[in-house]
Amino acid sequence: MTEFKCHRGVGPKVSGEALVADDNFSARYDLDRIKGVFSRPQHKLAGQSYKDRILVLNTSKGGVASAWMLYEMKSRGIAPKAILFNQANTILVQGAALADMALCDRFEDGDVTRLFKTGQHIEVDPQAGCVRILE
Amino acid sequence: MNLTDEEQAMLAGDMGEPVRWAMDHQVKVGEMFDAADLVPVSQAHMMADPESVGDAGVRFLENLADQGARVAIPMITDPRGVDLNYYSPLGQTEAMADLDRRTIAACTRMGILMTNTCINYQTIMPPVFGDHVAYGDTGVVVYSNSICGARSNFEGGPSALAAGLTGRTPCYGLHLDENRQATRRFVVKDQPRGLTDWGVLGAVAGKMAGSYWEVPVIEGLESVPTSDQMKHLGAAMASYGSTPLFHLAGITPEALRPADVGMDRLKPEAIDKADLDALRSTFGGKGDSVDVVVFAAPQLSLVEMQRVAELCRGETFKTPVIVCTSPQVYADATRMDLVSTIESTGAKVLEGTCFYNQYAREIGLANGWTRLLSNSAKIVNILGGYGYQPALASMEDCVASAIAGEIV
Repeated sequence: MTEFKCHRGVGPKVSGEALVADDNFSARYDLDRIKGVFSRPQHKLAGQSYKDRILVLNTSKGGVASAWMLYEMKSRGIAPKAILFNQANTILVQGAALADMALCDRFEDGDVTRLFKTGQHIEVDPQAGCVRILE
Repeated sequence: MNLTDEEQAMLAGDMGEPVRWAMDHQVKVGEMFDAADLVPVSQAHMMADPESVGDAGVRFLENLADQGARVAIPMITDPRGVDLNYYSPLGQTEAMADLDRRTIAACTRMGILMTNTCINYQTIMPPVFGDHVAYGDTGVVVYSNSICGARSNFEGGPSALAAGLTGRTPCYGLHLDENRQATRRFVVKDQPRGLTDWGVLGAVAGKMAGSYWEVPVIEGLESVPTSDQMKHLGAAMASYGSTPLFHLAGITPEALRPADVGMDRLKPEAIDKADLDALRSTFGGKGDSVDVVVFAAPQLSLVEMQRVAELCRGETFKTPVIVCTSPQVYADATRMDLVSTIESTGAKVLEGTCFYNQYAREIGLANGWTRLLSNSAKIVNILGGYGYQPALASMEDCVASAIAGEIV
């Protein structure tokens, strides 16, 4: 089992299927939050469902409005299980804390979008600051 | 994190569930950013427009109010999503208005002042030098940090609310001296003139800086910008670059002596006319059709309202025009006949909203608006993500275009 260390994150320990891209994340402008898919045509995950996936992306973008959005998405049951970034911005960390969604960043072994592959089953442990590949 | 006895008691629930939630939230966020402790704040400012809060968020606010939540410090709000005196004509629904009414009721019960403004630094109580605050709205934060010398991170709605309830915020990011030093040095080679020029300069500097953790210092300006010019400069920089703080060498308070922010250690990078023109060229051009003209983002000051009114006097618009201002400015502008002068053209002045966070996508669809013209470099950046094809022009050219029915 491969394990990668990161900075201590927020949210509970979860496992799920990774969805990975070398791109960024804006809850407000990249998603169709009703359908649960990436909707901005230029996004590398355009058309893909994010429901119950563990998103692995470069960084989070967007203004302060996004802080409410993870909570709203989770309340409807159409939300990612966790999000991993190279570097998160303040707003999305605050939003994940409200939503009780797992979020981690700052991986010791370099670019997180190269550490994991789409389809891998992974476990995120924010309090311990580590992510494991389960298969 | 090091918590005082009082903060430990808050976390243990001794001061009620709302304060326990707030302290727990602040500890989670603070630990992720390696905050050593919390810092007292003098004000909080919350973005809680219904489009972003959603039904779940409104229920969250109502639940806190039901549990007796009460803010511990002066707490104010960002623009609303609906002007309750004017929403059906825009294609906004009763459901949107109801969500906003519920938000207002819950916030009011918690003692939050419904200022509904993103220009509180011009209209309510500007923070002072060294003041620690917990502000939402990136434009408010960048202005307060840079121009006032106050100290705030970008606080999303939930975090601003937590700060309002505890009177503190986690001490990380821009609350710390070391994160306020300049990291990029830009030299302006083409002087900005009108508000839109200042916005374009902010947009280019923001794109070049490109991260929340970069602090640009800008030199080469030949005049001291006005509050409205700084407002457009900062709002655009924050929008394009997530920039929460900038310095203007010899002008803004922390950079009166540029060496104080470490400017002399940094390599100068020019921002010349070609850089500014390249940004402008991505947003519309002469002769293009226009569906709607919007003055917003940030809300207009009283001085901007007067200028729009002067340009409007005696004119009739072929194109719909929307002007967004704060409730404070709206009252003054009504009393001084600026609102009636603007609206005599066929334009509409909205009170307490800002176009991009008032269901802009739905308003566009309801009215068939895609080609939007504005003098705000911030709004033309945002609305591309909402299905608009935005164009940028000066305030004078925006008004002339509304008269002509196409971009002049």
